[in-house]
Amino acid sequence: MLLWLSVGIVGFCLLPWYVLEDGLWSFEWLFDGYPFNTDYAPAAFLLTQGEKLWLSPIPLFLLFPLVSQVFKHSTAQRSNVLIMVGVAGIAWMVMQGLGIGLRGWNFEALGQLFGPLEARQFGMGFGALFVFATFLFFLSTGIAGRGAVNGDVFVVGAIGLVIAVVTVFIFFPIVQMLSSAVRDNDGVYSLTIFAEKFFQNKFWGLGCIQGGTRCGVAWNSLFLAVLVGFLTTLLGLVFALVATRSGLKRGNFLRAMTVLPIITPPFVIGLAIILLFGLSGSVTKLVADVLDLQPTRWVYGLPGIVIAQLLSFTPIAFLVMIGVVEGVSPAMEEAAQTLRASRWQTFKTVTLPLIRPGLANAFLLGFIESMADFGNPLVLGGNYDVLSTEIFFAIVGAQNDQGMAAVLAIALLIFTLSAFYVQRRWLGKKSYTTKTGKGDSGMHVTMPKRVLLPCYLVAAVWTLFTATVYGMILYGGFVEMWGLNNTLTFKHYITAFGVGFNEFGIHFKGSAWDSFFTTLKIAATAAPLTAMLGLLTAWLLVRQNFAGKNAFEFGTMLSFAIPGTVIGVSYILAFNVPPLELTGTGAILVISFIFRNMPVGVRAGIASMSQLDKSLDEASLTLGASTWKTFTRIILPLMRPAILAALVFSFVRAMTAISAVIFLVSAEYNMATSYIIGRVENNDYGIAIAYSSVLIVVMLAVVALMQFLVNRNGQGSRFAQSRTNW
Amino acid sequence: MTIQQTRSKAASVEFKHVTKRYGKEITAVDDVSLHVHAGELVTLLGPSGCGKTTTLRMIAGLEMVTSGHITIGDTDVTKLPATDRDVAMVFQSYALFPHMSVMDNVAYGLRINKLKKDDVRVRANRGLELVGLKGYGDRLPSELSGGQQQRVAVARALVLEPQVLLFDEPLSNLDAKLRRQVREDIRDIQTGLGLTVVYVTHDQEEALAVSDRIIVMNNASIAQIGTPRQLYDAPKDEFVADFIGEANLMDGQIESVENEIATVSVDSIRFELPAADHTTGAIRVAIRPGRIQILPENSPNAMAGNVLKVTYAGRHMEYQVATAVGELFVVSDVDSDYVEGQAVGVGFETKGPVLLKV
Repeated sequence: MLLWLSVGIVGFCLLPWYVLEDGLWSFEWLFDGYPFNTDYAPAAFLLTQGEKLWLSPIPLFLLFPLVSQVFKHSTAQRSNVLIMVGVAGIAWMVMQGLGIGLRGWNFEALGQLFGPLEARQFGMGFGALFVFATFLFFLSTGIAGRGAVNGDVFVVGAIGLVIAVVTVFIFFPIVQMLSSAVRDNDGVYSLTIFAEKFFQNKFWGLGCIQGGTRCGVAWNSLFLAVLVGFLTTLLGLVFALVATRSGLKRGNFLRAMTVLPIITPPFVIGLAIILLFGLSGSVTKLVADVLDLQPTRWVYGLPGIVIAQLLSFTPIAFLVMIGVVEGVSPAMEEAAQTLRASRWQTFKTVTLPLIRPGLANAFLLGFIESMADFGNPLVLGGNYDVLSTEIFFAIVGAQNDQGMAAVLAIALLIFTLSAFYVQRRWLGKKSYTTKTGKGDSGMHVTMPKRVLLPCYLVAAVWTLFTATVYGMILYGGFVEMWGLNNTLTFKHYITAFGVGFNEFGIHFKGSAWDSFFTTLKIAATAAPLTAMLGLLTAWLLVRQNFAGKNAFEFGTMLSFAIPGTVIGVSYILAFNVPPLELTGTGAILVISFIFRNMPVGVRAGIASMSQLDKSLDEASLTLGASTWKTFTRIILPLMRPAILAALVFSFVRAMTAISAVIFLVSAEYNMATSYIIGRVENNDYGIAIAYSSVLIVVMLAVVALMQFLVNRNGQGSRFAQSRTNW
Repeated sequence: MTIQQTRSKAASVEFKHVTKRYGKEITAVDDVSLHVHAGELVTLLGPSGCGKTTTLRMIAGLEMVTSGHITIGDTDVTKLPATDRDVAMVFQSYALFPHMSVMDNVAYGLRINKLKKDDVRVRANRGLELVGLKGYGDRLPSELSGGQQQRVAVARALVLEPQVLLFDEPLSNLDAKLRRQVREDIRDIQTGLGLTVVYVTHDQEEALAVSDRIIVMNNASIAQIGTPRQLYDAPKDEFVADFIGEANLMDGQIESVENEIATVSVDSIRFELPAADHTTGAIRVAIRPGRIQILPENSPNAMAGNVLKVTYAGRHMEYQVATAVGELFVVSDVDSDYVEGQAVGVGFETKGPVLLKV
């Protein structure tokens, strides 16, 4: 209590209230006119100078609980005071933050009410952050004091923290985006403008069906997503069946393959497709030579995108399907066989119906991924416009129409959220998993030949194709000019990753080093934060019961369904102006990664925590350990493999992400992926490909390291064999 | 044994009108009041879903009451979370921390409660000694047998010298032979240290063997409280009669009540019992299988029966006998030699029949 009060007071009296121009970690402010320079001054000093008078209620809120502690009220009354103060403090900070911006009042109504305001303010900084945390703590202590969640301050505080960050970094930007979609360029709210923009022919036109002109982007996206969803599901099923029901011991190879899309930057497949099928691609040339045809640009557009997305997303569908296919208890199939069903009948009447929910799930995942994919359509799209790329061009292109981008983003969001909703509502309840967790013996029935043979064929072709694609990527980096001049060279690597020596020691003179180091730094910052937030949320969801838990879960999983482009657009709309000025900083990149990847951390945490017996926590509690100690001494050590997995996953995802990143990078903080995209747009394929191969190799190393660490530490039940390693 | 070295702060537990609801629909525990004396072993017994585990978890503070009050010793703990209650629990799954050695498991509570290092070592060792696992401290729980893990769980709970020690079906994961031994060990430690123990089980034999008193629960409320013998010999209602040991239930008639003695008839049998609260009229009668006599046909004060089924069970004979009040299950001496289809008389031993609430 006192600790937090002092945090609040430090925030108010000592730390600079507003955000600093030079970023969070520079300490220049300490020497440059602190504490009286108004740019750097803590709020307390601002007030004594008669500046920013709207901050004056805050110290009252901070000190009020202390006063009420002195008068010995009952616990309930003191809790009520804390709740009131917490709510009032947070509300006041939010209101002044939103109400007063760079140009004085943000809303005209306020100006009319209070008269014009000369003063202005910048985004909130460290001081504000500390004070905000203090109010949040007051609020959760108060709520806990009233008996919520057995009066556990740590749990209530954790819930409060997660709700606060999710609100600020997911809901607030989305709401900002929605509001900018219903405003015209002068900032006047108007639904007609929105309707006009939303229903324009460019989105929803059906020209392609009536023959002739092109269809609207929305239809393009939808058609592509359905097609890709359907095909990836089919391929995923084929691979899952080959892995489990063919009698082949290839399961491990196929599982290793599922790592590929995680470590591959999303547009790299598109690049490889261009190397193969583009105008000067190898296959195109070969075919043209043999059949004496004119090479065409057929691959740019729908065919190219579909091929690239199939390569990218099939492993995800496989991952879903193999879980479902293995979840069908062999006993079911054996039962069918003892009832004299043939292999084909067993497959048709037992296996297939049981995996139906898995099929739907895989389809929806493929659908969402395809909708959200940005890299492949950007590289391969040609004239086939989809929503995600249109959003990008609305912002960075000549139009620079943020309202338009917002409207497009809303259309995209509607599609993915409906798919997400359907997946949760409809499939969430249907589980045909027949394994009980008790030792189920028996072997999976081998598939009938007429299913198996086509499966083999498809799997073989796909595998060969994937191998070729990745081969191309590695090889392409050493080729002078693909298709025109096929001599081998180290030129691209030297341009990008040249290292020289000068008087200061090693000199990284390659053009890619900057973005490479930035990427590593940002990914390494984001990964532990993502893992922490994800696991904390998972723990709250699995182990704690509180009112509104379902809404809480939905909120935290929501960002899973929000495409990266939408996140990107909403972040630049929301965090470009006070109260939170983040654009152009590294922080906004870190934050976007945290909230993009958090759902994965949550899922991983939930999965691994569900396997820990709840009585372990309870045993610790009855032995006198607090919730916090139980969390740190029992839960966290037992979840080491999950923590490691979440860490590596969020690190790798941060390195390969492009869709949100491309809106958020700045000259100072450029990321590897956006650098590569820039090369591609300049038709500088050599460097792009060389850089991509480097990324893939780096991430492969990271993933391999993780595998090694996890295996060495032993997972969950393996504690017994591996105790010497502890 | 070193039993006396571990002090006991045993305290009583009291429930006053405790109710626990989940949501609006489900009532897990409905207006339960009970008192567990200090130093006593009380068993909560009942079929699954009767609320016994919820009751135990409310003592531990793992579930919070919806209404009512819980007192441990002199303190009202109703609002205290598990962390702040001086209660330890042995879980059905043992809940040993798999990432800690046996010693670390046993010492966990001591360390958490910030005892001095030397004290921690001494007390943890004493705890292990008490359960006969001296020298096992360096092993991991997974390297112990089920029975040994069970003992570690007991030691871990014991070393804190809690006011109340709780057992949640501690024997259900052990095989039959081990079960008998471990339950005797638990009883020995409990009486030796004078601990207050609340013990949950659904196994009536275990409950009878181990308890000072038994609280039988059914449908979220208490069916009967009493010593094992009271429950066995004088069950209050059909549920208790049937749940504790087997019982034959039949209709009877109280013909008259005089001087607190009721004259009861079941078919053609007549007997006298203390009337308690019962009055003249229809009544349910319970009688244990071993307290029914099979007699020659037409014996005095017996009803007519017909042997339906004969089973040789080694130690005794089991008979299924059809009578005017229904089929009766009878256990009798192994040397009896009635055969299927034989017409017999059926009589009751003097202390046999029990009157039940209707």
